[in-house]
Amino acid sequence: MGAPGGERSSRGERPPPARAALLSGLRRHLFASPSSALATLLVGGGLLALLPRAVHWLFTGAVYRADYDACRALAYSAACWGFVAEKHRLILFGRYPYAEQWRPLVATLLVLLTLFVSAHPRAWRRGLLLLWALVLIAFLLFMGGGAAGLSRVEPAEWGGFPLTVILTVVGVAASIPLGIVLALGRRSRLPLARGACTLYIELVRGVPLITVLFVASFVFPLLMPGGLKLDVLTRITLGITLFQAAYMAEVIRGGLQALPRGQFEAAAALGLSSWQTQAKVILPQALVLVIPSLVNSLLSTFMDTSLVTVVSLYDLTGSLRLALGDPRWRNFFLEGYLFVGALYFVCCLAMSRYSQWLERRLGRWIRRPEARPA
Amino acid sequence: MKDPMIELAGVNKWFGRFHVLVDIDLLVGRGERIVVCGPSGSGKSTLIRLVNRLEEHQEGRILVDGVLLTDDLRAIERIRREVGMVFQSFNLFPHLTALENVALAPTFVLGLPRAEALERAAQQLARVRIADQAHKHPGQLSGGQQQRVAIARALCMQPKIMLFDEPTSALDPEMVKEVLDVMLELAAQGMTMVVVTHEMGFARQVADRVIFMDEGRIVEENPPAEFFAHPRNERTRDFLAKVLPR
Amino acid sequence: MRLTFLSLRTRSGRERLYQLALLGLILLASAFLWHNTRENLAARQIHSGFGFLKQPAGFDIGEGLVPYEPQDSYLWAFAAGIANTVRVALAGIVAATLLGLLVGIGRLSHNLLVRALATAYVEVLRNVPLILQLFAWYMATTELLPEPAHPLELWPHAYLSKGGLQLPVPVFARGFALALYLLPLGLVAACLLVRRARRRREATGRAQRVLLPALLLAVAPSALGWLLGGAPHALDLPEVTAFNVTGGLGITPEFLALFIGLSTFTGAYIAEIVRSGLLAIPHGQTEAALALGLSRAEVLRLVVLPQALRVIVPPLTSQYLNLTKNSSLAVAIGYPDLVAIANTAINQNGQALECILLIMAVYLTVNLLTAAAMGAYNRRVALVER
Repeated sequence: MGAPGGERSSRGERPPPARAALLSGLRRHLFASPSSALATLLVGGGLLALLPRAVHWLFTGAVYRADYDACRALAYSAACWGFVAEKHRLILFGRYPYAEQWRPLVATLLVLLTLFVSAHPRAWRRGLLLLWALVLIAFLLFMGGGAAGLSRVEPAEWGGFPLTVILTVVGVAASIPLGIVLALGRRSRLPLARGACTLYIELVRGVPLITVLFVASFVFPLLMPGGLKLDVLTRITLGITLFQAAYMAEVIRGGLQALPRGQFEAAAALGLSSWQTQAKVILPQALVLVIPSLVNSLLSTFMDTSLVTVVSLYDLTGSLRLALGDPRWRNFFLEGYLFVGALYFVCCLAMSRYSQWLERRLGRWIRRPEARPA
Repeated sequence: MKDPMIELAGVNKWFGRFHVLVDIDLLVGRGERIVVCGPSGSGKSTLIRLVNRLEEHQEGRILVDGVLLTDDLRAIERIRREVGMVFQSFNLFPHLTALENVALAPTFVLGLPRAEALERAAQQLARVRIADQAHKHPGQLSGGQQQRVAIARALCMQPKIMLFDEPTSALDPEMVKEVLDVMLELAAQGMTMVVVTHEMGFARQVADRVIFMDEGRIVEENPPAEFFAHPRNERTRDFLAKVLPR
Repeated sequence: MRLTFLSLRTRSGRERLYQLALLGLILLASAFLWHNTRENLAARQIHSGFGFLKQPAGFDIGEGLVPYEPQDSYLWAFAAGIANTVRVALAGIVAATLLGLLVGIGRLSHNLLVRALATAYVEVLRNVPLILQLFAWYMATTELLPEPAHPLELWPHAYLSKGGLQLPVPVFARGFALALYLLPLGLVAACLLVRRARRRREATGRAQRVLLPALLLAVAPSALGWLLGGAPHALDLPEVTAFNVTGGLGITPEFLALFIGLSTFTGAYIAEIVRSGLLAIPHGQTEAALALGLSRAEVLRLVVLPQALRVIVPPLTSQYLNLTKNSSLAVAIGYPDLVAIANTAINQNGQALECILLIMAVYLTVNLLTAAAMGAYNRRVALVER
């Protein structure tokens, strides 16, 4: 497996000493041609000029305490991380009652922990679904309260990072079964099913998410039978689910199409009915094929939740704007955006690296299923 | 022939405008071994796929073990339980082990309890001499081993007829023999078999009749001795000249 | 007579039954929702129908190409919104493509620093939500820039301030109108010239240098028109007054923020598409072409680019569509695009259904047209395979 390790020059000569290797590496990477040398000078020069000032602004000269006067004294010559120190609870938890903020903290940590546990394919058993159901119920309990001695907090007051997390997790989880139905429907032989599913998928994929959020916000109340009122969080979650389901359906359809026809034929020849074939032969293979794409859907949903600011739900982005509403600290918006941006960046980068790792792992397993844990 | 297992009368099939099977008349008796050969595109695979309704015929009559083959789903269900099929590309289910592959249909189609299905599956795997690979996945098995598992999978349903669609064409030469040996054993046990293949040695050894098809028609049909020694039709002679070793 | 048409026993019969059941389900659900909607609309005393489009809108729109007054109809307001969406989308698409090409090629550079810079750009911009970036850009253009009374002078008579970007622009006169009308003529003539040169090369094997003459031919009629119109060259120059900058072409900070945000964000995605498109072409193609004696430029033009384009164009168009859809985030920063105007309309007259349907119809039309164009392109350039 693989080429013989190690690089050796062809006639058994010794490799050049380390310093020479470094110099030649530098030359190759930075000065290989006149244009390359020019680029190195320009970019390198720019970096050398800007880097010390950036470091001073971001770190060495910055104020870290929540000291308004010290921050003002800076006069923008350096960052005022005191803004973050002062407002971080508002940014992270939104308008959730201050004294009860341990509850969203616990709830979010629970969900994140379960996510970590689910990340490793060794954990993919039936029990995992049960675990998720329990964790989500626990989340709703901690956040909403009204039982077990916890005071009631309306969903309209939930905000910040917990809101982002729950919108993402529930949105993706609910969109998977709907996506499976749509994908199977789009490939169905029945013209009506095929037409209806294709119509839905193409319609939803052709419009911006904002319109779907508007529909959830303005139109869903009109569709409810008289007297039934859904709170804004449920409506928006439903909107995100319906939106994501269309994209999920296309991802799953890709997996279904990747399966060779022979699988259908063999199952039919054995006498399995179409439902049995789908459930036991086709879907298990298709879903495993598209798991990396499903993780990418998780990532894009995570980023999309930032749009709920437009319909007055204060997720992480929205609560940042709430924090910036304070006229005293308003001018330190750059620090705020850097903080929240860094938070999103770290989460998204982690998810995309995970998705790549998963793809490599699953690719190995599809070729050698014996390596998969039972 | 009284009591034929498979009966095709006046069968015609079109793919769109292309007339792929023309006026097919065929009778296969109980316990008979039929080998179908011919150039590619002659319709031989399509012919046997008609028998378990993987393809549909537009004209003519097909009876399998006395059951008329139509759109009627119950008829198709009955027929598929009695007819087993082995494919050129094996078509094993890669996400299941060999044992699970073989036990799947008995569990869900015959409704056997899981333990009994697994036991039957183990027996069939032993029958094709691959019991030690029961817990491996298809990806870990060689082509010959996979095809033998596929045969076991079809046999586990206890069919009355076995259809083979070029079972060895996708195998490396050194693995063809192990699969042919299994098929020979099956024939010796009295299974009704219809085999589409290029393996003329197998035909000579085991077939009761050899059928040559060309351009959708049955051109010649004879016991192997006659077929290979004195082919009557010129097209048959051409084909045999190309296929048989000198 | 057996009812085999809907029989459960045949596959087609079963399918017809399923379809019938599905149809029934859809009709029932639709009737239920329709009934609810009518009741709710009546209860809130909201009118139905598209009649409101003829009524005066009654709100102002901050900017736009379309001349609009608050007493104009809702329909005209929507038209202004569409024009604004098109404006920012087109500008964004052009900028994002250029940026994406640059950064995409940069990611494949031999120079380590250039490669690192390009990679950092792509990774950072793709992993932060667009709306956050838009908010940041908007705050930058409205807080970090100087007051309009003391703007930054980018080059003579081009001013950048909190009030936006003000550029010198030619005063529209007959000469320019003529130049504009004659431009298609020039373009057609240039195309014909190029075609004739190509045919001549195929017939006789003699190649002609056609790029320069074609360019000249493309602009000649416009230049002539300009001259005939009196060679107008009056410029509307922005001037700094006591409070702000007047005159010239004004670009609002909202447009600037949206334009920069959309271009940089989409540019990062386009960079990845360009990179994978170029990587998709095996190096053997270039080697074989060079071995045949083609020059580097010819290798690029005849062998690499056609293949790379096949791989790049479909995802590129879907990024263009994404940019157009993302321009709807304008509602968050106050740029009056279609969605923002529809939002205002809904808040005013409560006819959410009709307004949302209008928005969706516009976006879906754009989608359909692009998909059709993409399909036609794909069919034309599809590699012929067995």
